[in-house]
Amino acid sequence: MKNGFVIFLAAFAVLLTSWSAFVLGPQLQLGGAKQVPVLNSTEVYPRSRPGEANQGLQVYRANGCAACHTEQVQQDGVACDVVLSSAGKNPSAVSNLLATLNLRGLNQEEAHAASDKITAAGGKVETHIVAVGPDIARGWGLRRSVAEDFLYDNTVQLGSLRIGPDLAGVGARSPNANVVLQHLYAPKSVEKDSLMPPFRYLFEVRKIVGGEFSPDALNLPKEFAPADGYEVMPKPEAKELVAYLLSLHADVPLYDAPFTPIIAAKP
Amino acid sequence: MTVNESPTNKIDVSCRVPLLVLFGGAALWLVVGSLLALLASLTFHMPDKFGDCPWGTYGHLQPAADDALLYGFCIPAGLGVVLWIFARLGQTPLRSALVPVIAAHLWHVGVLVGLVGIFVGDSTGFAWLEFPRGGSALLFFAYLLIGLWALMNFSGRRDGGMFPSHWFLVAALFLFPWIYSTANILIVGWPVRGVVQAVITWWFGNNLVFVWTSLVGLGTAFYFLPKFSGRPLQTYFYALFAFWTLLLFGSMRGVPAGAPVPAWLPVLSSLSSLLLIVPVLAVAIIGWKTVVGAAGEKCRGGSFCMIKFGFVAFVLSALLLIAQSCPVIGRLTQFTWFGTAQTQLQLYGFFAITMFGAIYHILPRAVGIEFAFPKLIRVQHWLAMLGIFILVASLAVGGVEQGMKLNDPAVAFGDSTKAMLMFLRVSTTGLLLILLANLLFALNIFVMILAWKWSLAKTVFAFVISPLNKTEVKA
Repeated sequence: MKNGFVIFLAAFAVLLTSWSAFVLGPQLQLGGAKQVPVLNSTEVYPRSRPGEANQGLQVYRANGCAACHTEQVQQDGVACDVVLSSAGKNPSAVSNLLATLNLRGLNQEEAHAASDKITAAGGKVETHIVAVGPDIARGWGLRRSVAEDFLYDNTVQLGSLRIGPDLAGVGARSPNANVVLQHLYAPKSVEKDSLMPPFRYLFEVRKIVGGEFSPDALNLPKEFAPADGYEVMPKPEAKELVAYLLSLHADVPLYDAPFTPIIAAKP
Repeated sequence: MTVNESPTNKIDVSCRVPLLVLFGGAALWLVVGSLLALLASLTFHMPDKFGDCPWGTYGHLQPAADDALLYGFCIPAGLGVVLWIFARLGQTPLRSALVPVIAAHLWHVGVLVGLVGIFVGDSTGFAWLEFPRGGSALLFFAYLLIGLWALMNFSGRRDGGMFPSHWFLVAALFLFPWIYSTANILIVGWPVRGVVQAVITWWFGNNLVFVWTSLVGLGTAFYFLPKFSGRPLQTYFYALFAFWTLLLFGSMRGVPAGAPVPAWLPVLSSLSSLLLIVPVLAVAIIGWKTVVGAAGEKCRGGSFCMIKFGFVAFVLSALLLIAQSCPVIGRLTQFTWFGTAQTQLQLYGFFAITMFGAIYHILPRAVGIEFAFPKLIRVQHWLAMLGIFILVASLAVGGVEQGMKLNDPAVAFGDSTKAMLMFLRVSTTGLLLILLANLLFALNIFVMILAWKWSLAKTVFAFVISPLNKTEVKA
């Protein structure tokens, strides 16, 4: 390798390969992605977020929330749950049988075997597909995150470190805007041991006008509340951020990530 | 100042001003970055104290600290070392040094613009690419100019030969403009849709933080190790092999397993990561055969020790990288501090310490002044080694502990963060030692710059007051 030009050409070829695989390839495959149908439904997914939530994504970005929070639920696989839909004519026999069977977290054959036994005893069952894994068990989501969840996001904030919990489904598990606002203003008033910094600069502490709390003011526990005669009002950024957080609920079954209920019970 | 007109001295002197600007600014950002990292770490010990101003939250401090280390220190330090090594290997003085001097100033202004941008909420939100457009554009053009000058010097080299260092450094010079322009155009300027943004971010981050630093750091080590050990690089063919496999497998990775993207991307990434073991072994063999048992200089806390330490840190960092890309281990370490530990080992333990070694060797030769506090060099080396060891060990062990708790749904999430607190306290100590080491480094560099400016002023003054020559008087 005496010649600089040879090394340039060869390095160029290697980098072009890497560029094609990790820039061009994904763009060709996903750059033109469209909404996809929700399983067993006429709906399509995803809907674009409301305007306030989209502005909230910019607040999320500007404050570097992704330094501590991920938005990607992981899943190890799927399992079947057998669910009794009707006890039939002989409920006591069915309930005795149920007591002896394991009906959750089965593979496909086990699920068939269990539903056959129950059907033979006169009950009717449905088999549900559920996602499994630590994140799912924590209630962070019903399925893993997939590319479709981020179709309309700009900028996509997947995160890489879980100093705080995953937020991909935070809107589904904590749908109360006031609680989320309170969490932002005084994290320890919601989670005693929280390491999250209080985002007080997204709020305004102001004098109560006319002796009554404003309808938007935070309802804080005593030790976190400001002095008497003052109230804590969320600034527009705080409201937008909460609108964004509440819009995070990746909870519909898709072809890439199916769950409940897609296999009808055997007749 | 000694006036020595040997050709080597001429080459060193030709790089003087660009190197002073590049290394001086780098030393400043190094201190700023480690200060920000320390503050970011402190937010975990007293989260309540930082809530009233936006710039005091972890989400601002941490990206700013990372970028100050990478863009503020690593890249300008690397570029300075590349300029000097090219001039030395090619036996060609750097011409028109004014251009790289201006470019180096532009670079440092770009870093300033970028850091301010992060603090006022203009961060792009993409890891390692947080600088807003204005800052990125300055960085890009500054890099192009310096890179172009280095390449012009390279193509004018005297005997036309190429050394192993040349391959690594030339490839690194090409790599940055390519990945930086791609990433900035496709995810900041005219953003692509959805998760393609995330894939490009991962690709860019890996190519800059792992591949670029590895190429420059190893290129530098392959220049200095034979020089200090007094034994030629063992061997040319191992180095050739390591170069190509590192470039090939290193650049084809970056997407973590389990990412919400088409499955072939993480699979390809894991596969290339596992194959990275090949260049890492080759590099380890080169280092071992070149240094161990050689009859050259002994390591006495100076440049040689630092570059040796950096070399070992590279092998360890690459092994951690391979481990966390292996699906079985990656499942445990994903989303934990383990990844941060690896990045810090790569950027500080390997790259920054290698650069310290190189700069301590280069700067006295280029400026013609010895360091004012030579004993502090040794102290700095020990502080840096100890600091990075404490930082990386605590975060890596803590990360595994955190991962085990995260993967067990019976353990509440809060317990996984609580378990980390002890490790974070230890890591804060590591960051404090690193800050001290960086201050000592900056002290030596700044005093040298002041001494140079002082001698420059004296020369000018002496010139002004000296009596005119008789010939000039007659004319």
